Amino acid sequence: MSPEAVAPFVLSEDRAERAKRIVERYPRKLAAILPVLWLVQEERGWISPEAMEWVAEFLDTSPAKVQAVVTFYTMLDDRPVGTYKLQVCRTLSCELMGARTIVDHLRERLGIEPGETTEDGTFTLQEVECLASCGTAPMMQCNLKYYEHLTPERIDALLEELRSREPEWEDVEPVIFDRPDDETYRELFPRYDAELVREETGGAETEAM
Amino acid sequence: MRVAAPKILMRRGLENPETSHTLDAYEAAGGYRSVRKALGMDPDAIVDVVKASGLRGRGGAGFPTGTKWSFIPRDSEKPKYLVCNSDESEPGTFKDRWLLEKDPHLVIEGMMICAIAIDCHLMFNYFRGEFSHPLKRFQAAVDEAYAKGYLGKGIFDSDYDLDLVTHFGAGAYIAGEETGMLESLEGKKAMPRNKPPFPAIEGLFRCPTVINNTETLAALPWILENGGDAYAALGTEESSGTKMWSCSGPVNAPGVYEVEMGVDMMEFLEGELGGMMEGVALKAVVPGGSSVPIMTPEECDGAKLSYEGLQQRGSMVGSGGFMVIGDNVSVPAALMNLAHFYAHESCGQCTPCREGCGWIEQLCRKLLDGRGTQGDVERILRLADNMAGGNTICALADAMAWPAVSYVKKFPQEFLDLCTGPVDLEALDEALSRHVHVLPAA
Repeated sequence: MSPEAVAPFVLSEDRAERAKRIVERYPRKLAAILPVLWLVQEERGWISPEAMEWVAEFLDTSPAKVQAVVTFYTMLDDRPVGTYKLQVCRTLSCELMGARTIVDHLRERLGIEPGETTEDGTFTLQEVECLASCGTAPMMQCNLKYYEHLTPERIDALLEELRSREPEWEDVEPVIFDRPDDETYRELFPRYDAELVREETGGAETEAM
Repeated sequence: MRVAAPKILMRRGLENPETSHTLDAYEAAGGYRSVRKALGMDPDAIVDVVKASGLRGRGGAGFPTGTKWSFIPRDSEKPKYLVCNSDESEPGTFKDRWLLEKDPHLVIEGMMICAIAIDCHLMFNYFRGEFSHPLKRFQAAVDEAYAKGYLGKGIFDSDYDLDLVTHFGAGAYIAGEETGMLESLEGKKAMPRNKPPFPAIEGLFRCPTVINNTETLAALPWILENGGDAYAALGTEESSGTKMWSCSGPVNAPGVYEVEMGVDMMEFLEGELGGMMEGVALKAVVPGGSSVPIMTPEECDGAKLSYEGLQQRGSMVGSGGFMVIGDNVSVPAALMNLAHFYAHESCGQCTPCREGCGWIEQLCRKLLDGRGTQGDVERILRLADNMAGGNTICALADAMAWPAVSYVKKFPQEFLDLCTGPVDLEALDEALSRHVHVLPAA
């Protein structure tokens, strides 16, 4: 084995035991693939090709089928991500109440674009689709936890808090801040002009049409 | 003034928000009586009660629930399955999340009643992967029910065995489509299936399967306890009972509200939602989740929140995702936002959907970029026409086409204002007349 060779993936004993119990709940083994992939992702933070091979063997299927599933579902990562994955909802209900302002604020504070990870590996920023928190927009999911009724100030405080502690996986209770007042919302509301759109899309090529 | 509707679904969660999710609170409020009643009934009689209630699916399609159950072949030797659809992903919708967090036992009891009616002994609740907290709440409730003998072997000391598996996805809107959900639950990509065969005949693992929305199932305990007729007496003739509306946008009191079917839309907006935020005027409402056609203030005026009431105004109840849009918003930008959503969520099986959603997004972007022409606006309509109306396996393409055509139809000037070169409203009207047939018939 060359020094570069990747060691085969093995799930920790405790999680492997949980995976076995999960499989027993289903009439067919393959049905357990999503819960099992979640366990794998929980262990390593992402799902490597070696982990996919392990899952394939565990569920009597092919690595290709596992990879097809991993790449189809957006929450499963087939590459490493930051310690904290900040996923800002960008869909209409949140956009109406200021999602773009929230994303812009995070871009500025973290110095990265959506889809990127900070150099120190702490934060990954992503824009995601509707997370079913439309009445408490704008909002984001940080790892498994929802933060609702966001404002730039609340984000600053949260970033500071996250930097100063270890990630917490068990506590998934949403943090729902008080509803921002009208004045704050007005500052969050989207602006619409061609200049801004061009800036955001980087003048995306649409001439093909 | 209208009379406040009885709260069938949200009463416990509103009265007792801190503890309503526990078994103790649920039973103290009379919970798990209906399922005991169902265990003593003939399954066909349960189906009849639900048919009599007029309950229709609350996930989007509005199919009569009792009728759906009656398609399950009683004589089939295959196991029958029930899947509760808690994949709630339709933009603007967050009512199921409320139920799962505040009253999970209500959902469990509803699932039990359906299971007994269709002779199912293994049922699944499929959560969207992002619902970590609702899932945790629900699983804790399931554990409580097992510990009490309400689930498992011989539930409630009967000879009926019933198991419940809490399943969760990992991020895919299309897993909320009922056959996409079955594929996902079988461990595959959530790609919708061709129908027929319908799930009632060949569903999960090719066995007869009922897939019902969370809110639909949650209405069952009340219906069993009070009778189908009592439920049918609420609401209107074609839209019985109550409905939960998830309300968002620049209003003073967004949130989830349960009201009787048929209430006046503007009274609802001014009443429950507290009216528009100061300084923002109403531009439009998307009443049933992002997939349904948009309504102008004139169309909202006098509209009733019911299946037929919204249909008369050219829109739909859908999932009840009531999105209010203020006059600070650009309609073409809103369409671009949604087109991005549908392009991202298209599973890619069918060309009209896979290509069309992305093209509509690009055309909106071109217009907003200041480089579009009226030809591009008409191209949006033509694309939508080629996507909708049975050209694809599932309705995701229609769900893109309906906003696309209705946004242009209701707000043509906003699209034309973005165009470079000559514009001609009459020509756009003419183009619309060729393509509006893709919208749901009023």
